[in-house]
Amino acid sequence: MSDLNELKRIAAQVRRDIVRMVHAVASGHPGGSLGCADFLVALYFDVMNHNPSAFTMDAKNEDVFFLSNGHISPAWYSVLSRSGYFPVSELATFRKLNTRLQGHPTTAEHLPGVRIASGSLGQGLSVAVGMAEAKKLTGDKGLIYTLHGDGELQEGQIWEAAMYAAANNIDNIISVVDYNRKQIDGPTDEVLSLGDLVAKWEAFGWKVLQTDGNDMAQLLSILEKAKAETSHSKPVMIVMTTIMGKGVSFMEDDHKWHGSPPNDEQLAQALKELEETLGDY
Amino acid sequence: MKQFEVRQKKDTRSGFGDALFELGRENEKVVGLCADLTGSLKMGAFKKEFPDRFFQTGIAEANMIGMAAGMATAGLIPFTGTFANFSTGRVYDQIRQSVAYSDKNVKICASHSGLTLGEDGATHQILEDIAMMRAMPNMTVINTCDYTQTFLATKAIADFSGPVYLRFGRPSVPDFSPNEFEIGKGILLSEGADVAIIATGHMVWEALKAAEQLEQQGYTADVINIHTIKPIDEDIVLNSAAKCGCVVTAEEHVLNGGLGEAVASVLSRNKPVPVEMIGVNDSFGESGKPMELLEKYGLSAADILKATLKAIERRKA
Repeated sequence: MSDLNELKRIAAQVRRDIVRMVHAVASGHPGGSLGCADFLVALYFDVMNHNPSAFTMDAKNEDVFFLSNGHISPAWYSVLSRSGYFPVSELATFRKLNTRLQGHPTTAEHLPGVRIASGSLGQGLSVAVGMAEAKKLTGDKGLIYTLHGDGELQEGQIWEAAMYAAANNIDNIISVVDYNRKQIDGPTDEVLSLGDLVAKWEAFGWKVLQTDGNDMAQLLSILEKAKAETSHSKPVMIVMTTIMGKGVSFMEDDHKWHGSPPNDEQLAQALKELEETLGDY
Repeated sequence: MKQFEVRQKKDTRSGFGDALFELGRENEKVVGLCADLTGSLKMGAFKKEFPDRFFQTGIAEANMIGMAAGMATAGLIPFTGTFANFSTGRVYDQIRQSVAYSDKNVKICASHSGLTLGEDGATHQILEDIAMMRAMPNMTVINTCDYTQTFLATKAIADFSGPVYLRFGRPSVPDFSPNEFEIGKGILLSEGADVAIIATGHMVWEALKAAEQLEQQGYTADVINIHTIKPIDEDIVLNSAAKCGCVVTAEEHVLNGGLGEAVASVLSRNKPVPVEMIGVNDSFGESGKPMELLEKYGLSAADILKATLKAIERRKA
């Protein structure tokens, strides 16, 4: 296991990257990105067996991650570049004309690390289940990880995939829902309540774990536990409680930061709160 | 005109099922997915012989398309099977984002397209699917005319890298087409001088019947089978239009966005000639027998014949 403090330092830099990226183009989604920074760092810098310097689409014998809630691309791009998939300097091109770092992730520009386009919500779990089936068919021991927004669970396709995965004993997949209880229009409970999420996934036949997604130690331990739950005939879901906007005081727990960038003054304030640990891009 | 031997009457979907079974033997990367229509899609033999490579998704087409995209990501060659309506309209955005935009090697195989689905009626008779799939970037669109062509097309798309929409149908129809198939290459079935009839799918046989009747009125027709609607074979369309001077298109689809408009687009940019279009005119279908429906909606051989005479008149005017 990696050094806990080192992972926290990386997460701090990822958060700086996120706010700088969305500020630079005055667009993008900082809220969920900041909330999921710790999870993505844990996954890419500790948990996953992957090969950033030699990216392959088919990922033979590697673990694979699918970002289903594609709008938190700033966090993913930062983590991909910081873990070696492409130069960190390329973060400066985010959302600009001719960039590989499209507003929502895409394979069209052949950005290493990305295996499917996402952004239109609800599709990533199906793709992940398909790749999980393919790995089973070919005897590939790699695991499939996915991340979903909680609001995204309002999409019916998620539950089609959930039903399929349980019915077919897809036990090489670890899915994670970012349970920050916020979506664009407001609190998820007000927009369309998700009810009892844990009970829902359990009723669909998944093994459900829960964690605080902004506590690195807890994250590492729950992901290890999730790995140990694979190969037990059930898909695994981690209901991960996070704080939208985590790490930037004025953005925390406020749905208006779902898709709004900071202005110059707010950026300065945010950067004061986030230590530059690895050097800005 | 050239006479075509009808080898048998058989459904196009059996051509798909038989070819998929052969592909299963030839290529271990080929996998089949089906959304609770295994019998209708004739995927039973594949399922029985290759149970590990057959995936029953239940009545969940969106998930099926997404899973196919994931399997393609891993290097497999997934063939999805359901009715044309559930293969396109129901899952347009899944195809768009997870398959076409993501450039996944998924073969979307669609049976029961068009009016000839018959008695189930308009809820299942999709007539807009070619338009939807034509509009989608990165999508190849194929509509086959008989058993043999569907068999050959199914084999061909397995060797082709990229997303494909393969459209076929339910009823038994004459199996007559030549034993040749190349994606993107139209087939000149019969040669004439006065009008070019360009047809796709089940309408190809109707076009041949119309051309035969046309001869009795002293005219001859080129009959062209365009099976690949996108990318369309521009050369065969332009050569025939230049020779005959007028064109009739025929498709089991609405006129909006289908073969007729694809042909008209090629002609208007290169060689404008009079074009008459046979297809459904901005309407849903209804229950009935396949031939009754083709007649009611103006898609019979008699309708093509009338259109050819009109096109010839317009050319002369």
